[in-house]
Amino acid sequence: MRPVRFNINPIQANTKDSLAMVEAPEGYSGEGFFATKLSDVVGLARKNSLWPLPFATSCCGIEFMATMASHYDLARFGSERVGFSPRQCDLLMVMGTIAKKMAPVLRQVYLQMAEPRWVIAVGACASSGGIFDTYSVLQGIDQVIPVDVYVPGCPPRPEAILDGFMKVQDLVGQESLRRRNSEQYTALLETYGIQ
Amino acid sequence: MALTYEHIQSALVNKFGEAITNWQIGVDMASFEAPKEANLKVLQFLYEESSLGFQFLTDITAVHYPDQLGKELAVVYHLHNLVENVRLRFKVFTSIEDPTIFTATQLFSSANWMERETYDFFGIQFVGHPNLKRILNVDEMEYFPLRKEFPLEDQTRIDKDDEMFGRGGSIR
Repeated sequence: MRPVRFNINPIQANTKDSLAMVEAPEGYSGEGFFATKLSDVVGLARKNSLWPLPFATSCCGIEFMATMASHYDLARFGSERVGFSPRQCDLLMVMGTIAKKMAPVLRQVYLQMAEPRWVIAVGACASSGGIFDTYSVLQGIDQVIPVDVYVPGCPPRPEAILDGFMKVQDLVGQESLRRRNSEQYTALLETYGIQ
Repeated sequence: MALTYEHIQSALVNKFGEAITNWQIGVDMASFEAPKEANLKVLQFLYEESSLGFQFLTDITAVHYPDQLGKELAVVYHLHNLVENVRLRFKVFTSIEDPTIFTATQLFSSANWMERETYDFFGIQFVGHPNLKRILNVDEMEYFPLRKEFPLEDQTRIDKDDEMFGRGGSIR
């Protein structure tokens, strides 16, 4: 007998079970109409069509390739389109060690993205410098750009990256439409020297 | 006739006399020292003397010895005779207060980037170098990171667990 038994009694696929539909937001519905908050609808649309921009510099980027590929399939979460132009993307995924020489490049990429924009720091290096506690490595990308979600791990497994992605989806779905115009947000960007 | 270390040593001593010191043959190659004022003369002699022919500069680097007062910085030249396949290591020492050395760029074009790298990490001032600026580190860096008075780790961090980085202590 095999120690781990897979597919001994395979379950027959039921497409009704595997269809995941997005829940409708809270609202009033009646005969032929449905009324809800605009922010909920916008949040729903944004969170389920995030366009990630992978900024992969090392091994975390390899894990992200697995995350994008068919087995883990990032496209399930509405981000089928991984873009490589900062102008078109709204989620910057920084994966890997960022050297101090790379920091202005990363910052430039962030500045080129249009609002609203979100940032995930994937892995120990992007989050804190990781094991590279040295003169040449940026000690976390949050020294140059604001970060929304940190994914721990060295490197994190694809499941962890997906978990971080879903955390960003939660943030995106609940974000107030006025947040990007608020004083707090301006003050946050001001601390990074971004106007 | 194969090029022997005895021949190199006698040629150098005949030419420079007492200036050649600390001749020793290590496990890999022979090594010697000379005063820093003579570095170009020695390199040129090794290059141009037909029986020596060290015409390839493998590497230039530096070492910081904080305990050797007045001779804190060593600049190390690795030379190679490609015809005879003989290698040679040549060191000059300088004080850290006045880390000036004549540039070897007139003799070896490849010395250009190597000297920039040595300047970048150890702050050796190569006199006469055409473009002595940082080559690897960020231009804004205000120190020479491989000198031993600068700790390797970023000391501005207070949120890392020192025990994980071999420094003792605990989470501050």
